[in-house]
Amino acid sequence: MTMHTLVAIVEDHPGVLARVASLFRRRGFNIQSLAVGPTEMPGLSRMTIVVDGATVAVEQVRKQLAKIMEVIKVSDISRQRLVAKELALIKVRTTPTTRGEIIRAADVSGARIVDAAGDSITMEITEDSEKIDSLITLLRGFGIKEVARTGRVAMTRGAEAVLQAGAETGPARGRRRGPPAVPETYKERS
Amino acid sequence: MKLRGARILCESLVREGVEVIFGLPGGAVLPLYDVLPEYPQLRHILVRHEQGAAHAADGYARATGKVGVCMATSGPGATNLVTGIAAAHLDSSPVVAITGQVARPFIGRDAFQEVDITGITLPITKHNYLVMDAAHLATIVKEAFYIARTGRPGPVLIDIPRDVLVDEATFHYPDRVDIPGYKPVTAGHPEQIKKASKLIDEALRPLIIAGRGVILSKAFAELKELAEKAQIPVVTTLLGISCFPESHVLSFGMVGMHGMAYANLAVNHADLLIALGIRFDDRATGKVSGFAPQAKIIHVDIDPAEIGKNVRVDVPIVGDLKQVLQDLNGQIQVRYHLEWLRQLEEWRHHHPATALRHSDNLIPQFVIRKIYEATAGNAIIVTGVGQHQMWAAQHFWYDKPNSFIASGGLGAMGFELPAAMGVKVGCPEEVVWCVAGDGGFQMTMQELATLMQADIPVKIAIINNGYLGMVRQWQELFYHRRYVGTWLPNPDFVRIAEAYGLPGLRVTDKALVPSAIAQAMAHQGPFLIDFVVEPEENVYPMVPPGANLFEVIEEPRRDVELTIGPRETSNL
Repeated sequence: MTMHTLVAIVEDHPGVLARVASLFRRRGFNIQSLAVGPTEMPGLSRMTIVVDGATVAVEQVRKQLAKIMEVIKVSDISRQRLVAKELALIKVRTTPTTRGEIIRAADVSGARIVDAAGDSITMEITEDSEKIDSLITLLRGFGIKEVARTGRVAMTRGAEAVLQAGAETGPARGRRRGPPAVPETYKERS
Repeated sequence: MKLRGARILCESLVREGVEVIFGLPGGAVLPLYDVLPEYPQLRHILVRHEQGAAHAADGYARATGKVGVCMATSGPGATNLVTGIAAAHLDSSPVVAITGQVARPFIGRDAFQEVDITGITLPITKHNYLVMDAAHLATIVKEAFYIARTGRPGPVLIDIPRDVLVDEATFHYPDRVDIPGYKPVTAGHPEQIKKASKLIDEALRPLIIAGRGVILSKAFAELKELAEKAQIPVVTTLLGISCFPESHVLSFGMVGMHGMAYANLAVNHADLLIALGIRFDDRATGKVSGFAPQAKIIHVDIDPAEIGKNVRVDVPIVGDLKQVLQDLNGQIQVRYHLEWLRQLEEWRHHHPATALRHSDNLIPQFVIRKIYEATAGNAIIVTGVGQHQMWAAQHFWYDKPNSFIASGGLGAMGFELPAAMGVKVGCPEEVVWCVAGDGGFQMTMQELATLMQADIPVKIAIINNGYLGMVRQWQELFYHRRYVGTWLPNPDFVRIAEAYGLPGLRVTDKALVPSAIAQAMAHQGPFLIDFVVEPEENVYPMVPPGANLFEVIEEPRRDVELTIGPRETSNL
């Protein structure tokens, strides 16, 4: 798998997003998707960042992110079992003849009709990227007027949470629980 | 206790032990300058350009290990600091830069002298702050100094709107910081140290490559113990110079583009590289894919992001060098590597890098050698970037810890004079020589006025070859001798010195070098010597850009009559 999902817990200050974005630009790390929102803890936000491991040294991204003062924790959760979802709103052109077929397509894909007008239908789908991609492909033939997609948000399955997981601790939290985990040996030659 | 923002700032600086501020006032910081006289502990040194303030604060920080402070007004004052902040960032120097900002209601409206300096300095600071409430000021100053000096040091900028300096708030200086996202690791992981010590015990051709991290963590004694206990030869990066005594039997000089050929050969043949506080800069490694091809690499650094960034690493250790080396020294065995050391001695014998070629003309290397002799090495040498920097790195024997200060990572021309100013202010007892290029000197020579006004007795040696020398050298070697934009018909530097009120001398004759240096040293105040040297002298050895370290070009001239330097005589 080349797509890596990084989760960063950050302080909710003005300018934090600019710091993260500036870092990605400066180091030439290309972001596939980025989603930011509040967490269960007041004052902390969660960023879910997807990067392509084929073009970017993911461990280097993780460590550079961890250096930002407002970044409290960064984990690469790609190797764990994940729930990963995106949301898309899709507005499709309809005619009296295609309308039924479009509604069926939405049903089959698990999308929900959220708005209907005389000559268009808007549906909402919350799924992984691949499923959303295939729905869009399916609808393309009918004439898509507009698509709005969020970035991916992700969470590990099971009881563990990012702020408790010990394995991928950055420099931030490691010291509080004794010595950090043994770092990996780096074999990549640039 | 309720105080105005300006006083809160000064009280906080006093509590951080700040002794000196290099700055230049302007509209946005007037409320601050207005209260400065009430704090005589904070010596303000007025520079003539804010770049000078930033370099001076950087030089002060490098020489003393304390946080250097510079100050500027909003807009152009702040942007003029940028080069100096970037230099401090790339060389991990603890600097706090304080800038004025337009009043809060004007922010974002393109007001007079408004720039987004926190945005501009985002990628060249360790952290920065825009203070939007006078009540936050004390905590921010506390955090800024803590961040600047701990972990991997670096510059922190505090941008303060004019009205925040005027607003009143309760002053309480916090005694500790709480930054949940910042907890630098200082102790190396015991497992990793065990692995490293095993590799060191087993190595046949180990080599220590030491960098500025050793100086930053003041691990001079620990490095010496490691080298001596296991008899491991030591080479340094440019900024690692003076972290290990260069006349030591185990010292084999500097690696990299203008490093000693034998040091580069040692990297090429080593079977174990112990990299201490270095970041594997391309000027040090040459072509990365051909770097240390036979070696396993142990990399000790306090910044986890440096591990594996440029070069593969076999045993990474994240931690403070002093502490890591103490642990490591306790575990390694006594070893002898006579065979390996003999090999290095042989390379050194056949590839002397600091030998002076005979010339009737004044050559720049000769000037550096004479400064070394006159000071007996007991001086701090401050350089900018270019040929003069490399000659100063090569032809002076740095035995005194932390005695070579130069702009390495950024390679900023014009660093030398203001940085030397900061060094001398921080270390008034030391002899400070600013070795300047004729190009770089003209970028910041307005600070001669600062030297005079603040009475800072720096000795200045301009290595004047009438060219932007290093660029000219590249044009000679790689662009068919087409010298474009590199010829410098210079002004009369002696008269410039005199105009600023300091004595100056021009030296064109070899025979007069020692007496000129003696005269400069005997003079109480600042002194300038314009050494007019051989214009087309090149820096050798040289590894061409993009080449492997062993593909080194050495002094090509056949007519050389070499005088081997004391550093390169055989010790075995």
